[in-house]
Amino acid sequence: MLRYTVRRLLQLVIVVGVLSLLLFAWLRSLPGGPVSALLGERATAASRARLTQELGLDQPIFVQYWKFLTRAASGDFGVSTGVQPGDTASEIFLQRFPATLELSFLAIVIAIAVGIPLGYLAARRRGGWLDNLSIVGSLVGVAVPVFFLAFVLKQVLAVDLGWFPTAGRQEGGLDATRVTGFFVLDGVLTQEWDAAWDAIRHLILPAIALSSIPFSVIFRITRAAVLDVLDEDFIRTAESKGLTTPVIRRRHVLRNAMLPVVTTIGLQTGALLAGAVLTEKVFAFPGIGQALALGFERRDYPVLLLLILCAAGVFVLINMLVDLSYALIDPRIRTAGGAR
Amino acid sequence: MALLEVRDLRVVFQRKGEVPFTAVDGVDFDVEPGQTVGLVGESGCGKSVTAMSIMGLLPKRGNKVTGSAKFEDTELLTLSDRQMRDRRGRDLAMVFQDPLSSLNPVIPIGLQVTEVLERHRDMSRRKAMVEAADLLDRVGIPDPRRRLDEYPHQLSGGMRQRALIAIALACQPRLLIADEPTTALDVTIQAQILALLAELVRDSGTALIMITHDLGVVAGLCDEVNVLYGGRVVERGGRHDLFQVPRHPYTYGLLQSIPRLDAPKGERLSPIRGSVQDNIPWTSGCAFAPRCPNATDTCVEVTPEMVPDGAGSVRGERLLRCHNPVAQEVPA
Ligand SMILES: Nc1ncnc2c1ncn2[C@@H]1O[C@H](COP(=O)(O)OP(=O)(O)OP(=O)(O)O)[C@@H](O)[C@H]1O
Ligand SMILES: [Mg+2]
Repeated sequence: MLRYTVRRLLQLVIVVGVLSLLLFAWLRSLPGGPVSALLGERATAASRARLTQELGLDQPIFVQYWKFLTRAASGDFGVSTGVQPGDTASEIFLQRFPATLELSFLAIVIAIAVGIPLGYLAARRRGGWLDNLSIVGSLVGVAVPVFFLAFVLKQVLAVDLGWFPTAGRQEGGLDATRVTGFFVLDGVLTQEWDAAWDAIRHLILPAIALSSIPFSVIFRITRAAVLDVLDEDFIRTAESKGLTTPVIRRRHVLRNAMLPVVTTIGLQTGALLAGAVLTEKVFAFPGIGQALALGFERRDYPVLLLLILCAAGVFVLINMLVDLSYALIDPRIRTAGGAR
Repeated sequence: MALLEVRDLRVVFQRKGEVPFTAVDGVDFDVEPGQTVGLVGESGCGKSVTAMSIMGLLPKRGNKVTGSAKFEDTELLTLSDRQMRDRRGRDLAMVFQDPLSSLNPVIPIGLQVTEVLERHRDMSRRKAMVEAADLLDRVGIPDPRRRLDEYPHQLSGGMRQRALIAIALACQPRLLIADEPTTALDVTIQAQILALLAELVRDSGTALIMITHDLGVVAGLCDEVNVLYGGRVVERGGRHDLFQVPRHPYTYGLLQSIPRLDAPKGERLSPIRGSVQDNIPWTSGCAFAPRCPNATDTCVEVTPEMVPDGAGSVRGERLLRCHNPVAQEVPA
């Protein structure tokens, strides 16, 4: 297990390293650039040249990349030019990453908590009304664009009915203490329950919008996996022992059906980031999605680079955890790995 | 009194928009306490469906089971799901064909044995583990304590089937149904498993329904044999009578199609002509008539009844469903 973990961590470093090079080159090949974004199209050639030099963009790209690497090694990822000009990329990251993690975590929890039980029930009552209804629901979940769903949720539940706040992470009037940057967690740690509750209320609508695609996928995979497992001979054996339905469900059906579902959950975390960009825009939620959108608009190289690399790192890490939990669920993988 | 009394058992599969399919078409047979009874017949003749309907293991929807299956005076077919669950694994148990797929791949063997003990014998997990090791030992699994923590893929085919037999016999059921328990195993292992089953049911007084298409298995194991064709019993008798004096042309055909080492050189096997595909229902005439060498007009027009057969009853009662049985000289 240790060797496996070390190997995967090495893979993580390599993935992030290669990605950083590709990203670096790709960003600089985009039309426009931070100089045009900052000065506008009508700036004089002289002022453009001055800024280009100031930002170090006049140097050959490999020199730029080398500088980026050496600075990054000491924790310096550069200064933002567009998202929050003047702040360092690391500051922006520390402010915004917890926000998106909090949002994505709640979204994936909703997707799992609804998708897996519903998938199981739909499979058990295959062809029944619940099955058909959830299939339609999951189709809608995949087909409706995330930002449209986010917009409708916001308009109806926040603007028209006023049940939820319309934007942001926290009410301005609340004087909440910051500890970790995760607002809900901060509220709990400092026992400022009103702040925690307020943060949760701000999270609910964007999290629901963001969970729509992962929910649909997890639901469908669970349903298909449960249907497969219900047909297995060992379920017949379990029935022939006279076991009660809850035991058969827990011990025999779900344990086996979870294998493909766990893989799906890992892959869906990648889709979450794409969804977060759109959702955060609609709810003016100050996470990395919003920063990425803004960063692309204004060609903010340092911020884009750091945020995308971190997102990729999280994605690889989560899928590593998925692989590990896979081995925990399935002894066939565990023993095969142990023998190697 | 019989332990199990199956009367006019019928199973009709009916899916929406499909023609109903009769898989079991009026099966009757008895099992006495401690007796080993064979159910033989070609693939698709309804052996498994018969067993599954007795165990209440058919899918909840898409089929209709009628007739009667009385187990110690309790009608099994009308029991509620809950009542049936209380009996399955305790009073009647089953062993299936493919031991690898019949075990849950992701939980240890030990739990797969203890869960049935916990369910029906009210044992704690700890006590059940001790008992489970004992059970594995009794079915001839070496080093049972270590095996409790292992997973199905770590056991050999024969060991898996032994484990499944241990599970089935854990609560000392009075009836065990074994559905082709050796078909998926190596030939050498087959004999071991059959010997084990025979020994276990003899020692514990468990009645056994042995389902197979292999007459060799029947010959070695069963007291009574029921030959099934097209979802109905066509011939029944003690194993000696049946093998020495096969009366139904179908039984005769089955016996002729067994390869024999002592057959004269150059003699060819004579399989029964046609296949189950030619199956016709038992509604008018004999279902076997299209494939039967002895068939006459009567066979096509009148459905034969199951009647005692004097010529075939050598050592015990013999029942036969045939207008034109195979002529046999009764051995002195
Ligand atoms: N769930 C089901 N739905 C529809 N038809 C079924 C179902 N289960 C079995 N059958 C049909 O019922 C018939 C009898 O099947 P059964 O499994 O009892 O045969 P068998 O005698 O056990 O044969 P084998 O030696 O191949 O196991 C077959 O034609 C089969 O296709
Ligand atoms: Mg069968």
